[in-house]
Amino acid sequence: MIMATAMAETQKGLIDVRDMGVTFGANDNKIIAVDNVSLNVQPGEFVSLIGPSGCGKSTLLSIVAGFVKPTSGDAKLDGNAITKPGSDRGVVFQQYSLFPWLSVRKNVEFGLKMAGLEQSKRNTTARALLDLAELLSFENHYPDQLSGGMKQRIGIVRALATSPQVLLMDEPFGALDTQTRVVMQEILTNIWQQFKISVLFITHDIEESIFLSDRIYVMTARPGRIKAEIKVPLPRPRRAEMTDTPEFMNLVQELKGLIREESLAAMAPEIKDRGLSGFGMKVGPKGVGDIF
Amino acid sequence: MGSMARAKVVALSMVDKHPEPQPLLAVKLSPAENPTAEAGADAAAPINSSALPAPEPEVVPTVSLTKVFRNLLAQITRERITTAALACVSIGALFLFWYIGTKYRVEFYIRFKNVPTPYEVFQQLTQVGLSNKYLVNIAISVRRILLGFFIAMAIGVPLGLAIGKYQRVRDLFMPVVEILRPIPAIAWVPMSIMLWPNNEASIVFITFIGAFFPILLNTIHGVHSLDGVLIRAAKCLGASEFRLFLNVILPGSLPHIFTGLAVGMGVAWVSLIAAEMISGQFGVGYFTWEAYSLVDYPAIVLGMITIGFLGLACSGIIRMVGSLLMPWLAFAPGGKR
Repeated sequence: MIMATAMAETQKGLIDVRDMGVTFGANDNKIIAVDNVSLNVQPGEFVSLIGPSGCGKSTLLSIVAGFVKPTSGDAKLDGNAITKPGSDRGVVFQQYSLFPWLSVRKNVEFGLKMAGLEQSKRNTTARALLDLAELLSFENHYPDQLSGGMKQRIGIVRALATSPQVLLMDEPFGALDTQTRVVMQEILTNIWQQFKISVLFITHDIEESIFLSDRIYVMTARPGRIKAEIKVPLPRPRRAEMTDTPEFMNLVQELKGLIREESLAAMAPEIKDRGLSGFGMKVGPKGVGDIF
Repeated sequence: MGSMARAKVVALSMVDKHPEPQPLLAVKLSPAENPTAEAGADAAAPINSSALPAPEPEVVPTVSLTKVFRNLLAQITRERITTAALACVSIGALFLFWYIGTKYRVEFYIRFKNVPTPYEVFQQLTQVGLSNKYLVNIAISVRRILLGFFIAMAIGVPLGLAIGKYQRVRDLFMPVVEILRPIPAIAWVPMSIMLWPNNEASIVFITFIGAFFPILLNTIHGVHSLDGVLIRAAKCLGASEFRLFLNVILPGSLPHIFTGLAVGMGVAWVSLIAAEMISGQFGVGYFTWEAYSLVDYPAIVLGMITIGFLGLACSGIIRMVGSLLMPWLAFAPGGKR
């Protein structure tokens, strides 16, 4: 912790979320999405947020990105309160979010164009980034000509083009097939090590969170709270073979236990009481009388 | 002289080997193909090409023509031949129906008694086709369409973008749009004559009304159907409100805007012809109605065919501009390729 504080003085990219609460609706329809969450991402750290679907992890990311305002508490980046979206936080979305009317290179240039950079400098930066993503030969293609994995790689380098202090990733590989996911995870760790920026990564995939992260926050079912914080002591650079080591397996088991409780809690109360074994037998209506 | 001949051979073989030679190549070779150039300089010229001035324009087309010809040949595929054949069958069937109906003066509920034959219409075309009266009528109709359509586009697209983006603008404008929209442009004819100082302005206004609502509503729909994640992505990349409009909302809505323009152009023609028939002086609609009043039946059909061709040309131009402005659509899911 002392080391981390020392780093924070030299390096930017500290995300600090304090006592965060988010409620949607009012009165009877009030839904508490996030309840009293505090978390942080140290400069240069890779942190994952994992939890059952609907636990508010994407809402949390939206707040850090500046799309949603919290009901209580605050989110800060390097000590400054986050109020609106900005190019100091790169965001990679779960859905493909490339502009279909721009070529691959123009997509990567977009943030630089918004910053008012001149064409030749935009071009140089974009081409260097595309080279890093090994997609330079596709610079003049349109996004619709590319595969899902390629689109997400471009999404990542586009977010990096404006040199943000942090990268916020909302289940970026959720729509990809398993093989592509594994490759993308390795590419992401490489890019992260080169850029040395903080990453807040949302996922519901346990292996993915362990493979990528320095630290993992586990969230509870709605209302979302932080249930546990787990450090991942695996050495860097991470390799695909590491997923077979006992250390990795143990972490998977530990996280699976934590997540399973919450996934059950997120389902209907009856299932929660009886466990999954009771599913299907007594849940449905018994007869016509139950329906009318 | 010998060196020049060799240079020529090289030039020709280059053209044969590469159906699409680089423009630079054509520049390099051009002096060698030009017999008027000095022979001594010729052999060296293709090599020291870096300091070469622009080529003589009459030489380059020789290469380009080969290219164009090859491209044309490559485009003649079985697929395209079938499409063209079916188009001929479709139009041929229409003419055959017309021809048989008028030749035998068919009468089975619909009556071909007074309908002119295709030949009579063709004769009419050769008589009036190049006459000043006919061409002036076309020119006036086209001018009215262009004026009405472009004013509708200039107001409809920006207003549609604003209504689509801002809830308050929507709240302000949509009630009046919803009331005026169901009124067909033709119903505006009497009001338009009262409102505008002259006949010309009132006809342009009716054309504008016809084109305006399809353009406006499709633009609004285009903004609404824009994927929200693109707007969020643009905001995180630092786009200001104005930049968001110019670089995301406008290009993102462009496919729907062009749908609106195509529909608007169609409705504009309908409205224009009706307006010309009712209140007009000049114009293709007026030409057609006048022919009916004067019992000049072949001219009626000529007027109709003229309207058909003008409408086809206008929507064709819109489609062409659309595909030039939106090259990415060719790769979109469900696109052509």
